[in-house]
Amino acid sequence: MDALTHTLLAADVQDRGAAVEAYRVTKRFGALTALDEVSLKVEAGSFHCLLGENGAGKSTLVKCLVGYHPPEEGSFLVDGREQAIRSPRDAQRLRIGMVYQHFTLAPGMTVAENLLLARGDLPLRIDWRREKAALAAFLASTPFRLDLNARVADLAAGEKQKLEILKQLYLGQRLLILDEPTSVLTPAEADEVLGLLHGMTRDGRLTVMMITHKFREVSAYGDSVTVLRRGKLAGSGKVGELTTQDMAEMMVGSAVFVATAPRRRAADPERKTGEIRLAVDRLCADNDRGMPAVRELDLVVRAGEIVGIAGVAGNGQKELIEVLLGQRSARGGALRVDGETYGATRAELRRHGVFSLPEEPLRNACVPTMSVAENMGLRDFDIAPFSGGWLSLRFLRRGALTRRAKEWIEAFGVRPPDPSAAIENLSGGNVQRAVLARELSGAVRLLIVANPVFGLDFAATEAIHRRLDQARNDGAAILLVSEDLDELLELSDRILVMSEGRIAHQVLAGYVDVAEIGRHMAGGAGHGTGH
Amino acid sequence: MSETTDGLAFGSLALALLGGALRVSTPFLFVSLGECITEKSGRINLGLEGTLVLGAMGGYGVSLLTGSPWLGVLAAGLCGVLMGLLHGGLCSLPKVNDIAVGIALMLFGTGLAFFLGKPLIQPQAPMLPSVELGAWSDDEQIRSALRINVLLPVGLALAGLLHWAFRASRWGLALRLVGDNAAAARALGYPVVPIRIGATAAGGFLAGVGGAFLSLYYPGSWNEGLSSGQGLMAVALVIFARWNPLRCALAALLFGAAGALGPALQSQGITAGYYLFNAAPYVLTLALMAASWTPGQTLAGAPGELSFTQR
Repeated sequence: MDALTHTLLAADVQDRGAAVEAYRVTKRFGALTALDEVSLKVEAGSFHCLLGENGAGKSTLVKCLVGYHPPEEGSFLVDGREQAIRSPRDAQRLRIGMVYQHFTLAPGMTVAENLLLARGDLPLRIDWRREKAALAAFLASTPFRLDLNARVADLAAGEKQKLEILKQLYLGQRLLILDEPTSVLTPAEADEVLGLLHGMTRDGRLTVMMITHKFREVSAYGDSVTVLRRGKLAGSGKVGELTTQDMAEMMVGSAVFVATAPRRRAADPERKTGEIRLAVDRLCADNDRGMPAVRELDLVVRAGEIVGIAGVAGNGQKELIEVLLGQRSARGGALRVDGETYGATRAELRRHGVFSLPEEPLRNACVPTMSVAENMGLRDFDIAPFSGGWLSLRFLRRGALTRRAKEWIEAFGVRPPDPSAAIENLSGGNVQRAVLARELSGAVRLLIVANPVFGLDFAATEAIHRRLDQARNDGAAILLVSEDLDELLELSDRILVMSEGRIAHQVLAGYVDVAEIGRHMAGGAGHGTGH
Repeated sequence: MSETTDGLAFGSLALALLGGALRVSTPFLFVSLGECITEKSGRINLGLEGTLVLGAMGGYGVSLLTGSPWLGVLAAGLCGVLMGLLHGGLCSLPKVNDIAVGIALMLFGTGLAFFLGKPLIQPQAPMLPSVELGAWSDDEQIRSALRINVLLPVGLALAGLLHWAFRASRWGLALRLVGDNAAAARALGYPVVPIRIGATAAGGFLAGVGGAFLSLYYPGSWNEGLSSGQGLMAVALVIFARWNPLRCALAALLFGAAGALGPALQSQGITAGYYLFNAAPYVLTLALMAASWTPGQTLAGAPGELSFTQR
């Protein structure tokens, strides 16, 4: 046995997963109490799931634990001893690491540089040849494959998530906190990543704490679960002893229906769809770096159907949506709506009844500093009845805007119910609801939707899915791009798989073979955007 | 007859351009390297024009008082550090925009330099010595073209050093991380604000040294029209060089050559359009900016935290 193996084994004996306890932790942001005397217990070497709706305080709790927001009151115990965690350095010293929901990678730097920077004890002068060899050896010890010299900006979302986890494994963390780690992964990738982490907890080498919304992941990988609601502890227990229904009740505070997978009935092949609403003909578009992202793509969406686009992130879906919404200019090809040339101008959107739910609605569908009422009026503030008046100078009628905003806030359950609040101060789910109100309350003829439930809790997810289904039944044509295959299977009448900027596969809802879809998704997965 | 004289004229024009590039490029080089450090940390310091002028004044004054031009260079650098600390400190306050502060400091720096520099317009301070790289030649033109200041090789070496340091030193990596994703840097425990203030101060030091070159070597006097916007052009040059110190050095030489175009043509007897040719560096700035910006695309190599790369 050589020296290296010996050290590794010795390290393994030392490296047991950490046991962590939070005791009556309270965190306030101004008047808002984000966490109210929350206690939780995570056993060493266990896979702990943290459940809760949006704004329940899950992220705040783990950010307290990693020293990002030190709490006002309460304490943390690591391996039974009280520890003051006032800064990320303290957490690092205790070998507690976090994989954030939003990537914390430096996009302009390489994979190797990002890994090395995470280590924190860099020598003044870096011997790249030696470091690269060490990093390659580390990578070989994990099932993940990444190009050390690739720039992070060139990686697909799934690869970035792997790098985030690799970064923490590289640091030899004893407690790994994951904030919705699978929201950007394909189901196969998610199972691979969680399976690996689960295996490491079984060896006792690692304790994992995972924030999630997906009950499937809780039941498949979790040992125990803690549920938060509105900043308070709502319940906890062993996964085997709690049913999905129990957990759902703790989350929302009452028994609600949980969709435990009754997938969409096989679409009736005889089902009447209407005329072609959207026709995309040989569309080409470049990504931000000027590389082709959408390549001669053809697709058609008819009235009364939901066409789902599946695919691994970074295969041109984002660029396609941006062209359809007028955020990006096409390099070639043609777009037609109702048979007329379409350039996503305001007049065309209005004439054809085109609406959209883009991803990251705060960035893509809102003016963050404007009020909820103003944001709800962005589609029609310049036409009657919201503008007009003396000499037809089109004065804004704030009263009318506010009145309508109040109705929509009521109807869509936006919190807080204040039309004058700046929309950037709302939580993600509530921003989504406000945008949804604006986009679904008109006469929708064509709806373009991208990852509509990204980061939303299941109640909000259910509500949005119901509304999309309703809009389709009312005759709208819907194009739905999602990285969540389950969502597509549940909603779509037709599923297209996008890979390397093209439609690689097409299937009717009733004839879906998930493995087949997975193969086509994987076709361009590893190198989708690099060239 | 005309062909041989044309050949000769072209040769000496090229030589004059080379000489001009070597002579004029040093301030561009120092300011752009300074700005490169600052921008890599995620902030833009447009105030380097003011720093350059203040450094020129301070360097000249100290050289005059102490009789040592090298102390003048040091003083100019320290003026730059103070300006950099001021910029870095102000920008670290909440909701302060680095570009607006930069413009304010540009006006502040030049104004302060003009105010304090009034008594320095007449007297002659000791100048920095030059190095005769052309001593081997009998040709006076070659000798004058290759007569350079020590600061030029220092600057070129610095460009190489920075290129290495950004890639393979702890400080370089931390600096780039802070400039690329501040949230990530904070999560990893790197002190974002101190690193940025330090980078801005270091950038100020280099810009100040660039100013000392102006007043203590070429043109070699203190007056209010000394800089004529070179500090601002150097900031533009960093974007053209895509935040790479080696390319900064090349671009500085290119700008130096453009700046020498007018005088070089004049020395060849072409006087028509003298002022037009003097505008070459400004035209070059505009042309390069237009060429390096592509609408709808983020600039490759741009630090992610710069205010103009944020969407």
